[in-house]
Amino acid sequence: MTATRPAGLRPRWLLAGVAAVLVAAFAGLAFGPVRLNPLAVGAQLFDLVPGVSVHSGLSEREAAIVTELRLPRVCLGLLVGAMLALAGGTYQGVFTNPLADPYLLGVAAGAGLGATVAFVLTHSFTATSAVPVAAFVGALGAVGLTYGLGGRYRTPATLVLAGVAVGSFLTAGQSFLQQRYVDTIREVYSWILGRLSTAGWHDVLLLLPYVVVAGTVIVAHGRALDVLSVGDEEARSLGAHPVRTRYLLIVAASLGTAAAVSVSGLIGFVGIIVPHTVRLLAGASYRVILPLSMLFGGAFLTLADLAGRTLLTPNEIPIGVVTAFFGAPFFILVLRTSRRLR
Amino acid sequence: MSAVTLSGLSVTIDGHEILRPTDLTVESGEWVTVIGPNGAGKSTLLRAVGGLVRYAGAMTLFDRPAAGLKRRDRARLLATVPQTPAVPPGMAVLDYVLLGRTPYIPPLGRESPADLAAVEAVLARLDLAGFAGRRLESLSGGERQRVFLARALAQGATLLLLDEPTTALDIGHQQDVLELVDQLRRDRGLTVLSTMHDLSIAGEYADRMVLLAQGRVVATGPPRAVLTEALLGEHYRARVRVLDGAQGPLVVPIRPS
Repeated sequence: MTATRPAGLRPRWLLAGVAAVLVAAFAGLAFGPVRLNPLAVGAQLFDLVPGVSVHSGLSEREAAIVTELRLPRVCLGLLVGAMLALAGGTYQGVFTNPLADPYLLGVAAGAGLGATVAFVLTHSFTATSAVPVAAFVGALGAVGLTYGLGGRYRTPATLVLAGVAVGSFLTAGQSFLQQRYVDTIREVYSWILGRLSTAGWHDVLLLLPYVVVAGTVIVAHGRALDVLSVGDEEARSLGAHPVRTRYLLIVAASLGTAAAVSVSGLIGFVGIIVPHTVRLLAGASYRVILPLSMLFGGAFLTLADLAGRTLLTPNEIPIGVVTAFFGAPFFILVLRTSRRLR
Repeated sequence: MSAVTLSGLSVTIDGHEILRPTDLTVESGEWVTVIGPNGAGKSTLLRAVGGLVRYAGAMTLFDRPAAGLKRRDRARLLATVPQTPAVPPGMAVLDYVLLGRTPYIPPLGRESPADLAAVEAVLARLDLAGFAGRRLESLSGGERQRVFLARALAQGATLLLLDEPTTALDIGHQQDVLELVDQLRRDRGLTVLSTMHDLSIAGEYADRMVLLAQGRVVATGPPRAVLTEALLGEHYRARVRVLDGAQGPLVVPIRPS
């Protein structure tokens, strides 16, 4: 008996997750279209620690590339990846549906419509600060509409169906606008494929509180989600409140997703692939899946962004393309080799 | 003390009165089995007692009004094993049985050493210690049924609601499970309220039986009083012969000639 312990986050997996984040973050800082000496980059980072003064040997311009271009971008990648992967794991748990992803409830369509409206109204080819705000409002509006239409009956299935309907409707509106205002197509298109390229500290600070709050609320509910896995009626007979838990977590995950989408555009796949990979490798308990999805999701997106901006230098591949291009084969590999499925 | 009293308890779902106003008392330590044809309202009765479906009328659980009970408090008083419990993919037996400790764990908390000890004791009692690390879906039907029972026992409740606890099992495993329930009932002073389809085996274990038909109680009493050719013929529309067995009446279906 003593050999068997209850499900929970094992220290070695936590360490692996933290290590993945550190490695990805350092790679994201050290490599890029401009070649820098990785050791010097490391020294430059140490120099940022308060009270530490190290001379890195980087020129002023090179130092600025690390601290003002790459650092906020890496931070944004970690936050967006963590949030999307966490939201995916959460939706899969609350809907007990392995295919649920952060865009299920119309979040993506709403954000897309909001962003398109902003592009059209501002007639701008460069991203303006109105775009994230409009995307956020659109995403929240879509989620609100989905709840309003499908939540009344309080079953997961009606909620998802309402989400699909709302999503289709808003996507139609977005496509219509896009066709009417052809001059915005390029911008809208690039936003839809996802990007971290406009990242600045502004975006990081905008997203950070949402990730902290949503992350805290959701990770604290790991055991509650495990209880939900036996279905609502059994969960109630065990003294749990499945409906209350589900709605709280949907709101938290949707808020976080809306915030992430509003700064990064639509980056697909992370919300499905990361939680499932964690589930296959580290265990099926949400006490494991949720925190590890945050860590590995952040690391994965940071590395995907690194690939996107270095593989075809000086061009950037949209990050949504990279996540699918590398994520899908990797996921198939995990799926085929995992013992847990047999 | 009465474990359960129902006075005029009825259940209406989508405008249909599934359970007509019903009076029933289950004494503490008793095993009461509800029988009746398909759609008679057996499961609904159990779900009402379990607080899983809205009902009208009055109910007490261990002499406390059930209406005022919080969900967690109810889960400490009674444990339900549904007809086909969900089998969460990838979950180990230990974790599954630990779910039974939910009413003792704060909503955002985690299992205490006491919860773990309680579960290990239950697993040992049901000869499941060797299965703790196995995934639930890898077990056979009989083993699973013992695990479902283990989760219910881990709840520390003294009233067990068993909805068709033997449907998925062959007769050998049916007897194993019911013997186990009976032993536990004696060891721990449990009260059992169950539904069953197999009438002979139901009659061998129950102290008292309740025959439900079309949502109302049509007969109640010791197995010999309920399992009669007349009652079963009328309410099940079945031709049966009732033989006298050592442990209770044996109901044998007879093909109409």
